[in-house]
Parts: sequence; C-alpha cells; structure tokens
Amino acid sequence: MLLWLLAILIAAAVAPTVNRVVGSLGGGSLGGWVLAVVPAGVFIALLRLWPSVVNQQDVSVFVDWVPALNLAVSLRLDGLSLLFGLMVTGIGALILVYAGAYLKGDDRLGQLWMLLLLFMAAMLGLVLADNLLTLFIFWELTSITSYLLIGFNSDRPESRASALQALLVTGGGGLVLLPGLILLGLAGNSFEISTLLTSAEPIREHAFYLPMLLLILVGAFTKSAQFPFHFWLPNAMAAPTPISAYLHSATMVKAGVYLIARLHPILGGTAEWFWMIASVGAITMVLGAVLALRATDLKQVLAYATISVLGTLTMLLGIGTEATLVAALAVLVAHAFYKGGLFMVAGAIDHSVHQRDVRELGGLRMAMPATFAAACLAGCSMAGVLPTFGFIAKETWYESVGHVAGSGFLAASILSNVGLVAAVGFVCVKPFFGRRTESTRHAHEGGLAMWGPPVVLGIAGLALGLLPTRISELLAAGSGAIAGRAVPVHLALWHGVNVTLLLSLLTLAGGITLYWILRQGQLHRLKPYFYFFEGVTQYGPSRFYHWLLRTVNQFARGQTAMLQNGYLRFYLFTMVGLTVASVWMALGGELRSHLKPMPFDVRGHEVLLACLILAAAVVAVRATTWLLAVGALGVVGYCVAGIFVLFGAPDLAMTQFVIETLTVVLFVMAFSRLPEFRRLSTSATRGRDALIAVVAGATITVLLLFAMTVRSSHPISDYYLAHSVSEAHGRNVVNVILVDFRALDTLGEITVLAIAAIGVYSLLSLRPSKQADGEGDAAEGTEVSLRKGVPGTQFDSTAGHAADQEGV
Amino acid sequence: MDSVILKTAIRFLLPLLLLASVFLFLRGHNEPGGGFVGGLLASGAIALYAMTHGAAAARQVVRVPPRILIGSGLLFALVSGVAPLFVGRPFLTGLWTTITTEGLGKLHIGTPLLFDLGVYCVVTGVTLVFVFSLLEE
Repeated sequence: MLLWLLAILIAAAVAPTVNRVVGSLGGGSLGGWVLAVVPAGVFIALLRLWPSVVNQQDVSVFVDWVPALNLAVSLRLDGLSLLFGLMVTGIGALILVYAGAYLKGDDRLGQLWMLLLLFMAAMLGLVLADNLLTLFIFWELTSITSYLLIGFNSDRPESRASALQALLVTGGGGLVLLPGLILLGLAGNSFEISTLLTSAEPIREHAFYLPMLLLILVGAFTKSAQFPFHFWLPNAMAAPTPISAYLHSATMVKAGVYLIARLHPILGGTAEWFWMIASVGAITMVLGAVLALRATDLKQVLAYATISVLGTLTMLLGIGTEATLVAALAVLVAHAFYKGGLFMVAGAIDHSVHQRDVRELGGLRMAMPATFAAACLAGCSMAGVLPTFGFIAKETWYESVGHVAGSGFLAASILSNVGLVAAVGFVCVKPFFGRRTESTRHAHEGGLAMWGPPVVLGIAGLALGLLPTRISELLAAGSGAIAGRAVPVHLALWHGVNVTLLLSLLTLAGGITLYWILRQGQLHRLKPYFYFFEGVTQYGPSRFYHWLLRTVNQFARGQTAMLQNGYLRFYLFTMVGLTVASVWMALGGELRSHLKPMPFDVRGHEVLLACLILAAAVVAVRATTWLLAVGALGVVGYCVAGIFVLFGAPDLAMTQFVIETLTVVLFVMAFSRLPEFRRLSTSATRGRDALIAVVAGATITVLLLFAMTVRSSHPISDYYLAHSVSEAHGRNVVNVILVDFRALDTLGEITVLAIAAIGVYSLLSLRPSKQADGEGDAAEGTEVSLRKGVPGTQFDSTAGHAADQEGV
Repeated sequence: MDSVILKTAIRFLLPLLLLASVFLFLRGHNEPGGGFVGGLLASGAIALYAMTHGAAAARQVVRVPPRILIGSGLLFALVSGVAPLFVGRPFLTGLWTTITTEGLGKLHIGTPLLFDLGVYCVVTGVTLVFVFSLLEE
C-alpha cells in the first residue's frame, strides 16, 4: 500500500515534466491520459483486493517510523477504506483526464496535475491510515493541498481569500481535532485504530469521552462543511471546476464523514453521539437544500446541494443503526458518482459558453449532446429516479430513517430531497431546454476528455443501479467496519409498492412542483422563508469568521507596531531589560544564602588585562571617530581572548582572535559607507543608557558568581572528557562536541548563519532605495543599523560558539 | 585601499593563510582548531585580499560564489547526518573507517570530518557574503 502512495507521489513529481514532454511532442493536453494511468493502476490494484476485503480479511502494513515517540506509519485496508480508496483513485483518474481538457493550452496545467496528484496521495493516505497520528498528518496534508488548489487562480483576490478561508476553517478544525485524537489515544492507551477497537467500552466510559468527542467532531464538521462551518465550501468554488468536482464533491469534504464513520465503532452508540451528530447533520441537510435553490451560479447550486448531502451522511452516521449506516454508504457512493459528474457538466458548460449563471443559460441540448446525456444520467441519480443507483440510495435512506423513533428526521429528509430535486431542475433541465439565450448562441461540444469522464460516471451510476449485487458486498464490508460487526446488505432496485416508494414519488412530485414555482418567477411567495435562511448565512457564521479575521489582524498589527517599531536601540533595551529582570526574578531571595565571598586570588597580569579592558571600554564609549571606536572595541575583544588563553581555552581564544580581526577588517570596509560620526543623543539618554549598561553588567557578574556556587549535579563535561576518544575518536573535546556530541546544535547554528547571510545581503542591497525616499531619516537609520549591527554579528557568532563550550 | 606594502604582502600571505586555515581545519579533531576557526581564517585572508585588490579579483581567487559555498556546506553537513540512516544508525551518528595509504600511513576518517567541512564552507561563505556585499555597492 505504501507503494501506491509512492507511485502517486512520483507521478505528482513528474507531472510538470510529462506536461512539457507531451506538449512538445504535439500531444497537447494528452498528458492527462498518461498521468491517469497511475491512479487507474492503483484503482485496479484495489479492485484485486476486493474479494479478500469483502470476506473480512483486512490487509495491513506496519512501518515503525519514530519508535521513541510511538509514531508508526500503519495502513489498513478494510471495507470502508476500500470504498473510499476506489472513489479517490477512480474519480481521480477521470479528473486528471478532464483537467487536461479543461485547462488545455494553459501553461499551469502541469502544476494543476501535480497538485491534484499530491492531494490524491494525501486523501488515499487518510483513508488507509490505521494510526490516529498518521491519519492526522494526511488530514492536514489534504487541507494544505486543498488550499493550494482553491487558490489556483492566484492572480484573483477573491480566489486567494476563498483559499485562505478554507484553510483557516479546515486548518483550525484540524488544530481542534489533534487534541481530540490525542485524548482518544490516551484514553485507549494506543494510537492504533485497530487496537482501539478492542477497548471501545472503557473509552466510552472514560472521563475524557465528552471532551474528546467534541474536539473530534469540530474537526470533522469543519472538514465536511457542516453547519455552522458550512460557509467555506460555496466560496471554495472559486477553484477551477476539475478541483471542485474532485475535492469539493467526491473526496476531501467527505474526509470528515469518513472520520465519523471510522470512529463510530469506538465512540459511537451513546446519546451524546446520536444527538450532536444527527442534529447537526439534519440542520445542515435542510439548510444546504434551501440555500441551493437561492443560488443562481451553477457551481454554487451544486456546492449547496453537496452541503445538504454531507449533512445527510452525517445525520445517518449519527443515528447509527445498522440500516442507517448502510444507507449512509449508499448515499455516499451515489453522490460521488452524480455530483462529480454534475460538476464536470457545469465545467463543460462554463468552458463552452463562459457563463455559469443559471438564468442566462438555455437550449444547450442540441449543441452539447454528450454533455446533456451526462447531465441527464447524473440528474436522474441525484433526483432518485428509478433505474439509477441514486434511487436505491434514497430508498435505503428513507427506509432506514423511517424505522427510527421520531418522525422529525424522516420529515427533514423528505424536505431536503424536495429541494434537491428542484435543484436538479436548475442544473440539468434549465440550461439544456428552452430557447437558446444570448450567451449560449455559440455553444459547442468539448472534446472526448471533456464529456467522457462525466458520461463514464453517469453510466457507472446507472450500472450500479441495475446490478446492485456486487456493490452490496462492498457496502456490507464497509458498514461492517463502521458498525464493528458484520452487517448483511441486500440492495435491490425494486422492492415492490410500499410506503418508501410512495414517499419517493411524493418527493419527486414535490420537487418538480417547487421547481415549476421557482421557474415561473413566483419566488416572492416563498421570499419570507428564504429571508430566514439568508439571515443564517449572511449574518451567521460567515460574518463571525470575517469579524474574527479582522480582529486578529488588527491585534497583530497593533502589537507588531508596538514591539517591532524599527528602532534597534528599543530592541536592545527590551532584550537587555528582560534578561536582567528575569534573572533577578529567578535569583530573588536565594541569592543571599548562596553568595559566599570568593577567595580573592589574582595574579598581576590578570589585573593588567582587566584594567586594559576597562580602559578600552571607556575609550570606545567616549570615542569621537569611527576608527577610534572600532579600535577600542578590538582591544576589548583581544584582551578577552587573552583571558581565555590564561585560563586554558585555546580554541575559544583562537576563534576570538580571528573574529576580532575580521570585525575590524569588516568595519574598515564599512567606513566608506558610514555617515560622519555624530552624536545624536542627549546627555540624559546617554545617562540612561549608561545606567542600563551598568545594571546589566552587574547582573551578569552576580549571575556568574552565583552559578559557580550552586552546582548541584556533576558537570556534563566529565562525560565528554571520558568518552571523547573512545566514542568520537577525537582528542580535542571542544571540536568533538561541535561536530559529534552536539552536532545537531551545530547544524542548526550553521543554518541560522546561512539565514543571517541572506539577511545581511538583502539589507545591504536594499540600502540605496531606502536612502532615496528620505535623506535625513535614512541616514540615521543606516547609522544605527551599521553601528550596532556589525558588533552584533560578532556577538552572535561567538555567543553561539561559546554556548557550546559551557561547562567544559 | 592603495597601500603597496599591504598589496604585496597580501599576495604572499594569502596562500600561507589559506594553507594555515586548512591545517587548522584538519587538526581540529585532536588539537585546537576545527572547521569554524579554519573557515574564519580563510575568509579573513580573502577579505584582506578583497580589500587590497578589489572584490572582483577576490571572487576570481575563490572561484566558487559564496552562496554556492553556503549551500554546499549545508549539504555536506546534512549528508553526514543522513548517511548513518542508511546503515541503520541514528541521524548524525559518526561513521569511522581506517584507510592505509602509501606514504601517509594509517588514516582515520569519518563522517564528522565531512560535517566539519560543511561548517568550514558555511562560515567562509557567510563571511564572504558580508565582505563582498560591503565592497560591491
């Protein structure tokens, strides 16, 4: 199974190259057919495992990843994963072909294929994962790739805003989901889902049950666009249609539903589970269906209809009887087939006439016959008309809900379905019938790659409806995985005349009537109801999202303006001040008891060095030319290095000597760029700075004296000294620490050093343009940054080096 | 900087200083020295050369652009970290081998040397970026 993921990832990596090569060979957008071979291969590989999975023999792979952290990549293929995996790869292959036709001639086509394949790998990993953390990682990967895909038209601001919204909502949900999964893992004492299945009872009685359920549900609801997080999905329609067809109907938005289904045998069956999930699902289901009728954009209608179906799935999983679980999977399969197809139909229309407003479309059936056929097949399935799989799904759904106590769910189901049938009218009837309009005059059929995939999906929907035996096996295996025990499933197209069939007919009749009313423009009669729902969308969660985004931005801007005001002296003051304050807070009362008088045993040349340092420091502060200041600082540095020599740290001393020399050399180079040496601060500021400096120096002195008296355990240097030769084959312990014992630190440090080089380079190359827009200001800014900047670099690099040697 | 004395002196000092930096780098594992100070010394020598003969001439002496030095240095360090993974040891474990060469005797060589070479390259590259961007407006 890892091989499948790897194959898709490799396909993603080579997608741009394939596009270029096929393009240069004159193949145009045929690259989609080439790339589709990979997901199609995985699809076939999955089909080959069908018999064993259906016979309850799960296939699993386990790779220990980071054993120390209990992180493992474990994948498992059971009925539920197989069902989702087939959808992800099968529809994915069709989408790749379709995308090639949709973006024909666009140079970003390779990029689109790459992102689609990356998403496919993430989604496939998500449904195969058997470890909660692996699942979470794939979950986040789908959010990220979805962000990139929604924002594919990155030159359009609304597309970027929609992408950000989707990322923030689903990513925020992911953040909430993570603690939920961790709680679950802690409660069940394992992160393996297959292990957790065996300890479902204790988990449901655990004290953390309610918090973990709430957290996980927020994650699932955001991902699957459940009320009140539904608003990101219609906005995500800013993505090109192949993306909407794949991510926002067939796969990604079902990840939340998948998670609920996956965790049902562990967490399900309680009253909390039932009410929270079923009620949210029912609300979403009705809301989506009503809002679908309000929309006029073809893709918006489909998006709201998708929300409605996602609500249905959630509701059915929440109710959680065996029959509703089967119904949920049946609706899921039917929806994947018809909604993916309808999105592609909408894309084909958009591609042909550059118009998606339903009111402007009409009479396309002659101009685009193949697309029309696909629309009819998908539309029948969506409306639940007799020979399609959609009909079976809806029958199962009504039947299962009808057996649950309380007729509210059944009523809501019928209500939403009436809305969906009317929506079918807008998507499949209105654009194709009637007279041609202004916009559809020049309509023409796209190529095979354009109408082929939706027709395939439509025919598949029909075939499953006529021959439901094989899919019954899979649904049985899938709902068995959700229920945690074997569930018998016998789907059939014709159940005879019964209550369910009557309800189906009622739904159809209601839907057609509703469509007719809306079509006749008698909308005003229904207006009050619409206003109610409009209020929910306009003034509800979406508005809260925007308010939150604005507030967070304002807060960030405010505190950035305060903390990052651009004055280096302020930064230095903050850093030094905070260090001093925190040292004193930590030392506090302990100081008096620990600070003992030290034996004052110094030699003459040490006193001499100390005096030299002090004198040079005073000269540096009082200097009136650059050269003097730099020279004096150099003297300070050399004397410190001299102290290192006296106390037996040759490595440190050597480095310090070289650094000092380099600093002076660099300064000399910078002289030509520095402005004239001037004193800009008043004597009061200088007095304040002197005070800060003295306090900081005194604090560090006290801290060092304190540190020498309170050593509580053996210094780690003993270990290094003992093991340097035996384990790292080096006698210079300092260097062995740098390149072996603490090599990871060094790796980090040289990375930081490289980043610092980028910073310095960009600062120095940006300088001329800065001077242009404000002579006086810029001169002062440059002076400050250069004056403090270069010694700062010196400080940083020695500090990093010195930090490694502490305790040696 | 037009000092004939400095100019002439640097021309002879540069190879010596570079040699010394390699010496420091190689002896680092057993005696004071190492990639860090070696890299600093090398870049100091080149900085002096750049000051007297101009940045363009110094670039010619180095041949490799500083950013390539930085990148390859990071790569060396990373490779020496990843290499042990392939023989089933943890990230950044030192791998050692002994090579016997004619004339040099036994050589004890390991991945930490590669790591230190990475440090040497990054330090040299970073300092040269400072130097060159200061000298070239």
